[in-house]
Amino acid sequence: MKIALKLAWRNLTGAGLRTWLNVLVLSFSFVVIIWLKGIMTGWDHQAKTDMTQWEIGGGQYWHESYDPYDPFTLAGSHAKLPSQLQNAKKAGDLTGLLLTQGAIFPEGRMMSVVIKGLDPGQSILKLPSRKLDTTASAIPAIIGNMMAKHSKLKAGDYVTLRWRNANGTFDATDVLITDIFSSNVPAVDAGQIYIPLATLQEVMLLPDEISLIVLRDKTDGWNEIPGWNYKSKTELTKQVDEMIKTKSAGQTVLYFILLLLAMLAIFDTQVLSIFRRQKEIGTYVALGYTKQQVVGLFTVEGSMHAVLAALLSAAYGLPFLSWQAKAGWTMPVDTSEFGMAIAQTLYPVYSAGLVIGTVLTVTITTAIVSYLPARKIARMNPTDALRGKLQ
Amino acid sequence: METQTIISVKEMYKRFPMGKTEFTALENLNLDFAQGEFTGLIGPSGSGKTTLLNILGSLDVPTLGEATVLGKSIGKLNTHEAAMLRRESLGFIFQSYNLLAVHTVFENVEFPLLLLKIPSQERRKMVQEALEWVGLSDKIRSKPPQLSGGQCQRVAIARAMVKKPKLVLADEPTANLDAANSHHILKTMLTLNQELKTTFIFATHDEKVISYLNRKIYLLDGRVDKDEVVTHNK
Repeated sequence: MKIALKLAWRNLTGAGLRTWLNVLVLSFSFVVIIWLKGIMTGWDHQAKTDMTQWEIGGGQYWHESYDPYDPFTLAGSHAKLPSQLQNAKKAGDLTGLLLTQGAIFPEGRMMSVVIKGLDPGQSILKLPSRKLDTTASAIPAIIGNMMAKHSKLKAGDYVTLRWRNANGTFDATDVLITDIFSSNVPAVDAGQIYIPLATLQEVMLLPDEISLIVLRDKTDGWNEIPGWNYKSKTELTKQVDEMIKTKSAGQTVLYFILLLLAMLAIFDTQVLSIFRRQKEIGTYVALGYTKQQVVGLFTVEGSMHAVLAALLSAAYGLPFLSWQAKAGWTMPVDTSEFGMAIAQTLYPVYSAGLVIGTVLTVTITTAIVSYLPARKIARMNPTDALRGKLQ
Repeated sequence: METQTIISVKEMYKRFPMGKTEFTALENLNLDFAQGEFTGLIGPSGSGKTTLLNILGSLDVPTLGEATVLGKSIGKLNTHEAAMLRRESLGFIFQSYNLLAVHTVFENVEFPLLLLKIPSQERRKMVQEALEWVGLSDKIRSKPPQLSGGQCQRVAIARAMVKKPKLVLADEPTANLDAANSHHILKTMLTLNQELKTTFIFATHDEKVISYLNRKIYLLDGRVDKDEVVTHNK
C-alpha cells in the first residue's frame, strides 16, 4: 500500500495538468455539493424558523369549529379563552386571535380578506402588532408586502373594510394602514389584514372571544381542552416537513448529477489510462508487480484525485463557504411571488456530517469508479501490454 | 571454473491461437544456460526470440514441455509466484526502454528496490551505484523525455541491474540506438556481466550485439538452428 501510495503520488504529480484539471473538477463538485446542500438546509431551517416565528409559535389551540380550509367555519369559530389557560395568558405565554371573513375596497375594487384581530401587546408572533397600538382617525391595520402589492396599498393609505358581525349584519369602516411588514411566510401575508383584537371583538359584537390561541415557542405541558383542539408545533409544521422531503428528493437528483459529472472525469481518465499506459502497465508487471498490485495502484491513483480535490476544496472552498454562511445568497428575483416560505437571502447551514459525508461519498465513489476500469488490467496479457497492443 | 545451469529448457513448444488454427512460435526447444553467460538469441523477425525471452522472463508460459528458470518451472508458477520471480531475480531491458516517463531517472532506477522493500537509505546508495555503472550520476533528477535514446537505455540497464539480479533479459536493446551508443551500452553490460557474474540473454539480430556475445543461439522458425560458443570477447 505504501508503495502504491508513493507511486500513485509520483504518477499524479508527474502527469501535471491532466491531474490538476481532474482535481479541479472534483473540487468544484465538493464545494458545489456542500454549498447547495448547505443552502437547502439553510432554506429548510429558515422556512421552519420563519413559520414558527410568524405564524404558529410553539403550537396552537383551535376552536373546535375552526377549519382553516373552510372560510365558512370562521363565523362560528370563536369562544372565550378557556379558564385552564388564564394563567398562561397572565404569564404572557399565549396570545389569542379572532378571525373573520371580510372584504376591502382598494381603488374601488373588492378583495376578499381574512380579518385577524391581533393583540397589539403580544410578543409571541413576529408580526409588528405594536403598529396597531396607535391613536388614529381610523382603525389601525397592518398588512404584508404581498398583500400591499396586490391591493396597491401603502402605509398611510385608508381603505374601506367590510365585515359581518355576530348578528349577520354587514358593517364597514375605513381602516388606516399603519405598517406594511415583510415576511417570508405567505400564510400570514396573502389576503390577510390585521387590526387590534379588542376592536375586532367590539365591531363583531364578540367581546373577549377568540378563534385560535397561539402558544409561545419552547413552552410545553399543553393539554387537550374541551371545545378546543390542540395542534402541536410538529403537527403544524408537517406541511413544511413534507415540502422539505420533496425538496430532498430533488436535491438528491442534483447531488447525483454533480457526482456523476465528477465521476465521469475520473472514469474517463482511468479508461484512457488503461489504453494509453499499456506499456507502463506491462513494465510494472515485468518489474515484478502483481496484477492485483497494478489494479491497486490505479485505484489508489484515482482515489488520490479525490483526496487532492478535498484539500484543494478546503483551500478555496472553506473561505467561500464561510463567507456565504455570513453574507448569504440573495435570490435574483422577488421571492414573494414563489408562494412558499423562502427568504430573499438564503443563509447556508453546514454541518460536520454534511462535510464529512460529502467527502466520504465522493472519495468512495471515486475509488469505485477508479477500480472498475482498473479491473480490466487484471485481464491484460503482460506481453501484449509491453508491446502496447490494444485489446 | 565449474558453471551452474540456471536455465533449462526441455522439449518446449509455444503455440498461439490464430483464428481457427494455431501458430507454432517455438518448437521442441532444448537449451541450457549457465550462470554468467553473455548469450544471444539470434534470428530474423518471427523466429521466436522474443517469445522465448518472454517465457524465460515468466511473462508467458510454454504450451508444452518445460522451462526451468532459477529452479522454478515457469509453466507451474501462478501469477503471484511469477511476479515474485521477476521481482527478486530477473532484470528486463526493452527495445523501447519502457521507462516511466513521469518519474525521474532516480525514481525509475529505484522502482525495483521499492518492490523489494529495501530501506530508503540503502536504496539511495544502490541507485547511485547503479547510475555510476552506466555513467548517469549527473542525470539523477532528469526525466526520460529529457534524455537521449542512449541515455534512456542506460537508465533501463541501471534499472535492470540495480538489484543485482541473477539473470537479465534484453529484447533488442540496441534497436533504437546509433552505433556509438550501442557499443557504449554493450560494453557497460559486458562489464557488469564480468564483474557481477550476471547472466545476460539477448534477443537480437543486430550485428553489433552479436559481436559481443560469448554464446550465439540461432533460431529459425521457432527451432534452434545453431548454438555456438565463442571463446573470445571484445
